[in-house]
Amino acid sequence: MDYGHSERPPGAATLPTAIKILVAGGFGVGKTTMVGAVSETRPLRTEEVLTESGVGIDDLSGVEAKQTTTVAMDFGRITISDDLVLYLFGTPGQDRFWFVWDELSLGAIGAVVLADTRRLADCFPSIDYFEGRGTPFLVAVNCFEGAREYRLDEVQAALNLDPEVPVLLCDARSRSSAKEVLITLVEHAMKVRDARRSVD
Amino acid sequence: MTLQGESAEHQWVDDHAGPVVRPYAVTGGRARPVTGTFDLISLVTATRKDVSPEIGLGPEHLAIVGLCQRMQSVAEIAAHLDLPVGTVRVLLGDLVARSLVQIREPQSTVGIPDHSIFEAVINGLRAL
Repeated sequence: MDYGHSERPPGAATLPTAIKILVAGGFGVGKTTMVGAVSETRPLRTEEVLTESGVGIDDLSGVEAKQTTTVAMDFGRITISDDLVLYLFGTPGQDRFWFVWDELSLGAIGAVVLADTRRLADCFPSIDYFEGRGTPFLVAVNCFEGAREYRLDEVQAALNLDPEVPVLLCDARSRSSAKEVLITLVEHAMKVRDARRSVD
Repeated sequence: MTLQGESAEHQWVDDHAGPVVRPYAVTGGRARPVTGTFDLISLVTATRKDVSPEIGLGPEHLAIVGLCQRMQSVAEIAAHLDLPVGTVRVLLGDLVARSLVQIREPQSTVGIPDHSIFEAVINGLRAL
């Protein structure tokens, strides 16, 4: 950490920009595993604390004695270049924390919805959420050992997805597989963006 | 606190115990920053190499300046200092008010990212 101001990037260069992608899905589907597989460091954990100022909008009936609620989010960083940093955020699984989802999805370029074919219904809330918000997303089916393999069109039909939404198989533990999922997502998000722009 | 006291503390304070110090204790009870909104991925860079302790600045403020010698997001600061994001936002507001850190808001809150950003991300991911 021993450098002077002169070694900082010159002001004329592009200012650094951060963008984010969300990784959503049911509990235990491999969100943090995927974030860790492709990030440059092990996943970090950050916490939002819901305090008294927020209890008016949150149903705490039955837990009156509890003063604060903590929502943990795991995330990772991929430095694309000196002036572009990509952050991957695993969304908190608990459905009652939608207010955190709203904050996370604000400005996200897209979302990966991880699915487990043994518990497909677990990813419904995530899909509903991103469809409702208009956030570009894809469904990545994490291939767990011992799970019966379905064809991708079967998954697509079971989820009643728009045919434009990419559905692919992945191994959340594998860096190359997680990379491919992210590339497919960003390509999809770019298409969605261009389509919206031409409508405007 | 003695070493013995610390090890005794570790026996009962685990993740499930929740925060031991109330989250806004280090902000003097303030829940909102004096200035700024601070997205989770707003990038923070210190404007000075170090800051000497002064009135109104606590050890957490100084820790943020130290950490942000290298550009960090708000989320990373919170994770590294093990503080809730809301607390970090208040501390960052104090630092911005004193011009001790510089904030770069994420592209995405300004508008839909440019085509070139999507392409840079795709190329960057391919090169990983």
